[in-house]
Amino acid sequence: MSGRITRGFTGKRRGQQGDRLPPGQYDVGDGWPTLTAEATPTVRTEQFELAVDGLVERPTTWSWEELLALPRSTYAGDIHCVTTWSKFDMTWRGVSLDVLLEQAAPRAEAAYALVHSSSGYTTNLPLADLRDGKAWVAWEADGQPLTREHGGPARLLVPHLYFWKSAKWVSRIELLDHDQQGFWERNGYHDRGDPWVEQRYQGD
Amino acid sequence: MSAIDPMDAVAARPTAWTEARVVEVDRPTADTVRLRLEPDERQRHRPGQHYLVRLRAPDGYTAQRSYSLASDPDDALLELLVERLPDGEVSEFLAEVLEVGDVLEVRGPLGRWFAWDTTTPALCLVGGTGVVPAVSMQRAAVRLGRSDLLRVVAVGRAPGHLPYAEELAAAGATLAWTRANVDGRRAAAPTRAEVTPLLEGVEVAFVCGSARFASYAETLLQECGLAPDAIRVERFGPTG
Ligand SMILES: Cc1cc2nc3c(=O)[nH]c(=O)nc-3n(C[C@H](O)[C@H](O)[C@H](O)COP(=O)(O)OP(=O)(O)OC[C@H]3O[C@@H](n4cnc5c(N)ncnc54)[C@H](O)[C@@H]3O)c2cc1C
Repeated sequence: MSGRITRGFTGKRRGQQGDRLPPGQYDVGDGWPTLTAEATPTVRTEQFELAVDGLVERPTTWSWEELLALPRSTYAGDIHCVTTWSKFDMTWRGVSLDVLLEQAAPRAEAAYALVHSSSGYTTNLPLADLRDGKAWVAWEADGQPLTREHGGPARLLVPHLYFWKSAKWVSRIELLDHDQQGFWERNGYHDRGDPWVEQRYQGD
Repeated sequence: MSAIDPMDAVAARPTAWTEARVVEVDRPTADTVRLRLEPDERQRHRPGQHYLVRLRAPDGYTAQRSYSLASDPDDALLELLVERLPDGEVSEFLAEVLEVGDVLEVRGPLGRWFAWDTTTPALCLVGGTGVVPAVSMQRAAVRLGRSDLLRVVAVGRAPGHLPYAEELAAAGATLAWTRANVDGRRAAAPTRAEVTPLLEGVEVAFVCGSARFASYAETLLQECGLAPDAIRVERFGPTG
């Protein structure tokens, strides 16, 4: 949309707008803001469970030890929050969703995922956004175990979408044949959330 | 979040950018500016919700930030209260450059989670500019004659530094100063002893302020016996 120029505004942060920064984002540098809608829950690893179920051949649940025993991989790159900060050059470790999906074997009609957290939080994504090396269940960020505030012990990591899709305290990935809105999506946020085309709110 | 009320289950109506004319500008404290805006188009908001403000440079560069509404839903204008952050791109512009008659791009209301339905008994524990959504909630409660449903605890550094302090106190809010001894109360963040009695009958608590304030407030409310899923949090943070 082209809009009216704001009288007297020239902009301060434009120096940071390189190819790496999606529109409307700024580089938060070394900081890492936390943004959650609820009080931070405590999930003990002894109680941790992760399930992949719904439209799959083999509904599967992993304990913490079982999750850690899966082949690990690393994401090195940037993350983008809808509240307009981006954080560059992070290193995340966890298990690729491809590994989890291979074990659970999605049925042909599975096209969407509704991701659940142990806090009750939910978020929806097209299944295609979770496949082919684009998503992880991660428990380590920049060499440190993921803290509670940032979704520890483990969170979903889908770095090519706005970060509310990367559900903290992930507990269940439910595969569906239709798109069912999650928590922020019902509250007006976008169903897909691609930062490069600014899919922030419903209607974008 | 386990008990998501019906209000949250209803799909939100999409919002669109619109233009809003600046009708009033004043400075209630040394580092805040209060703006009253008249938007071209308007959806009724719920107290607690926020708007986006977008600034546009001549070459098309834009910067957008979220600002909570202080206004009651019945107010004909949208009221924002912005703290000027040193070197802040948007807040400094709004505080120092913007004048009556200027036009801003705005979009809202947003944030249906951090919104009071005006019927559930609620407590606001808010600090600094985090008072803004509580002001909207309290104005609505006063208009509806239901001040009994809403308790507000507002935390500031010292008198003169907390926007809306007089209005909040006049409507029954508890003020807590962290750096000033006032009326026999020693400078301190609110204590369990102060907050616990206010929680009687409260079903939802709204915490708003900086990330540091929010984590203090969340912990305090849980120590006072409130269940984590009754606590809704909005952090103003560094643009997050
Ligand atoms: C839901 C919500 C509601 C909000 N409501 C309100 C409200 O009612 N009132 C209010 O005042 N605020 C509110 N905020 C905060 C507001 O959105 C802005 O974050 C705030 O005004 C700061 O924006 P800014 O452009 O002035 O600062 P920014 O330019 O974003 O900078 C913020 C701070 O970080 C520093 N900084 C940023 N980038 C850099 C950099 N590259 N290098 C060094 N330092 C940097 C700046 O010095 C500055 O102090 C709200 C936020 C949210 C999420």
